[in-house]
Amino acid sequence: MSDARIKRMKDLPSTHLLGTGTPMCSGCGGLEALHEIYDVLGEKTVFVNAAGCMTLLSVYPFTPFRGSWLYTAMASAPAGAQGVRDALDILLEQGRIPPEDDLEVVVLTGDGSAYGMGMSATSGAMDRNLDFIYLCYDNEGYGNTGQQYSSATPHGAATSTSRGSRGYPGYKKDLFAVWAAHAPAYVATVIGSEPLDLARKIEKAKEIRGPRMIIALSPCPTGWDYDPKLSVEIGKLAVSTGVWPLKEYIDGKVTHTRLPHDRPPVEEYLKLQGRFAHLFEPARDEELLADIQARVDRYWENVTPA
Amino acid sequence: MDQTLLTGNVAAAWGARLAAVDYIPAFPITPQTEIIETLGAWVDTGEMPGRMVTLESEHSMLTAAGAAAATGVRVFSATSSQGLLHAMEMLYTVSGWRAPFVLVNVSRGLSAPITLEADHNDILAARDSGFLQIHCADCQEVLDGVLLAYRLAEDPGVRLPVLVNLDGFYLSFTREPVSLPDPAAVARFLPPFDPGNIRFAASAPESQAVAVLGGSPYSYFRYETHLAAQNALAVYDRVAGEFESLFGRQRQAVEAYRTGDADIVFYMMGSFATKAREAVDRLREAGQKVGLLRPRLLRPFPTDAIAAALDGVQGVAVIDQNLSMGQGGVLHTELAASLYGRPGAPAILTSFIGGLGGREITPEEFYQMVAVTREAVTAGKAPPPRLLYTEAELREIRKLQAVAQVEREETTPLRWSEDSNQGGAGHE
Repeated sequence: MSDARIKRMKDLPSTHLLGTGTPMCSGCGGLEALHEIYDVLGEKTVFVNAAGCMTLLSVYPFTPFRGSWLYTAMASAPAGAQGVRDALDILLEQGRIPPEDDLEVVVLTGDGSAYGMGMSATSGAMDRNLDFIYLCYDNEGYGNTGQQYSSATPHGAATSTSRGSRGYPGYKKDLFAVWAAHAPAYVATVIGSEPLDLARKIEKAKEIRGPRMIIALSPCPTGWDYDPKLSVEIGKLAVSTGVWPLKEYIDGKVTHTRLPHDRPPVEEYLKLQGRFAHLFEPARDEELLADIQARVDRYWENVTPA
Repeated sequence: MDQTLLTGNVAAAWGARLAAVDYIPAFPITPQTEIIETLGAWVDTGEMPGRMVTLESEHSMLTAAGAAAATGVRVFSATSSQGLLHAMEMLYTVSGWRAPFVLVNVSRGLSAPITLEADHNDILAARDSGFLQIHCADCQEVLDGVLLAYRLAEDPGVRLPVLVNLDGFYLSFTREPVSLPDPAAVARFLPPFDPGNIRFAASAPESQAVAVLGGSPYSYFRYETHLAAQNALAVYDRVAGEFESLFGRQRQAVEAYRTGDADIVFYMMGSFATKAREAVDRLREAGQKVGLLRPRLLRPFPTDAIAAALDGVQGVAVIDQNLSMGQGGVLHTELAASLYGRPGAPAILTSFIGGLGGREITPEEFYQMVAVTREAVTAGKAPPPRLLYTEAELREIRKLQAVAQVEREETTPLRWSEDSNQGGAGHE
């Protein structure tokens, strides 16, 4: 793993595998991440999908994937991955398919499934040390149904079910920690706006066996209410302000792959998004802004440089 | 032929073992657990090849089962009652995938109140799921049913999952003599699973179970599944014929027992039908022309075979070991729907609800049902549906209620009872 092939931007794959013309919204941060991830994983993959925005990637008779796809249900994509992986292993053992017909099994779900309904199935798959990759595109709400809050929604965000002046009262669940508590082979956070960091993590995950768990923060123009052209900028701000720590868990240890120095105030990230507009208009909600900033600061105070 | 004493659960496990299944996703639930324990022990000792994995829920178990079948291996799984309902979303889903595999359900009454013994509301909740259904009356049928189910499921003209049902406790834990078919003969009857082009492999990318938008493609694919289930009627008859010639046991879609000259016929399914068979013999001894009709195959529904067997019968006593709240018995409704308007169909279908939660059905009750049905034939009018329930049972319930009342009063805080004893303003 030390001999990573992807070291600089110019090492990123130049062939793009995912087809165009999908029904995803323009500026979809999830699709951006998926594009980059698919280029590294390659077409010898079967995506096992749970109900969410990306279910609409494969609508009969079209698919943007060069490899395979199985839609399951909202709660049990990791169990679908279990069935496919076990069946492929059986077919390989029995010599019923040649080794070159093997596939990497990739679960693809949104945060609604990953943080909530599918958590039991995900926990079970990690307990069983299933050899698979889990890719969660996290747009911090039930996006496909119009952005109701989920347990991935950040504190204070307005969603279609938290329209009040203080937004969502809960706090974003730390899925990275929940997943890492299972001690799987690999856990990482990524974001499409940091393609080099993303590609290096996917490349690493590809070389490991066992549960490899990826959470991609996915800026969402429709759900977060901003101009689609800002997706990359918002993604970069999520990292530079410290809202979205880029990190990985491997061999029992958490390492931050990016230590943002001179973090700009979190409000630089928040003010670009309509879902946080009530923090600034009609009057600045200093208390809530300070609370959000303090939580980010507290997180980084506990991070020791590697 | 060599016979060995097996419970219904172990007979089901033998069915899976003889079918040489590749993959067993599992989850424990009473009264099914013995099936997966038996298979697990065989896999552990190497007596049986294949891989077993315990999932964290039946919903995941069914997802894994469907996904493995869609990848191209032979899959077996088993559940019961609450587990079947927990997996219900996936029953509908994997049948739509056209993933052929076999799921054994060990029937058990549904919550609430939570209970353990058998009735058929669990399996009937899966009636419209796209799974085909084979219902067993004894332990030999359980083993045979699993083998027949694989032939049916994997037939290229069908390609649907199949549920094989046996009754909890009455079959699951009852030992009966079962003859174990010769594995070589089973291999002739059931060759290895050929998934055709529905599988996953790097050299043949496949998108399965994709979304459709709009009612037109949706209707098309749903109706295709219905037609496949319809195809299964003829396939079942052919397969049951092959089975009989190889193993000597008749396994028709509908079992007709002494119906040839009968004027009154019991209509029911599952292990309690063996009680009806016994009652038929006693009634025949008493000179009554009574028979029994028992569908083994509930999906697809063998309408023509049932109508033919009931042609000229005067009255049918339908015994439903299930209850559709606000309607009555499911079998009664379905039988009426399939016979309505057919020349020669019985004029009278009486409806009885019995055996809920494993409640016994006694010989006297079978005799009584025939008497009620005869009266209805004479009167030309069927009485309303009736719950089989005796005065003695009602007395027992009243006793339990009295005990519950005393327990409540004795464990209620004193202040409350003092207040209530004053009889004035009453209590909250």
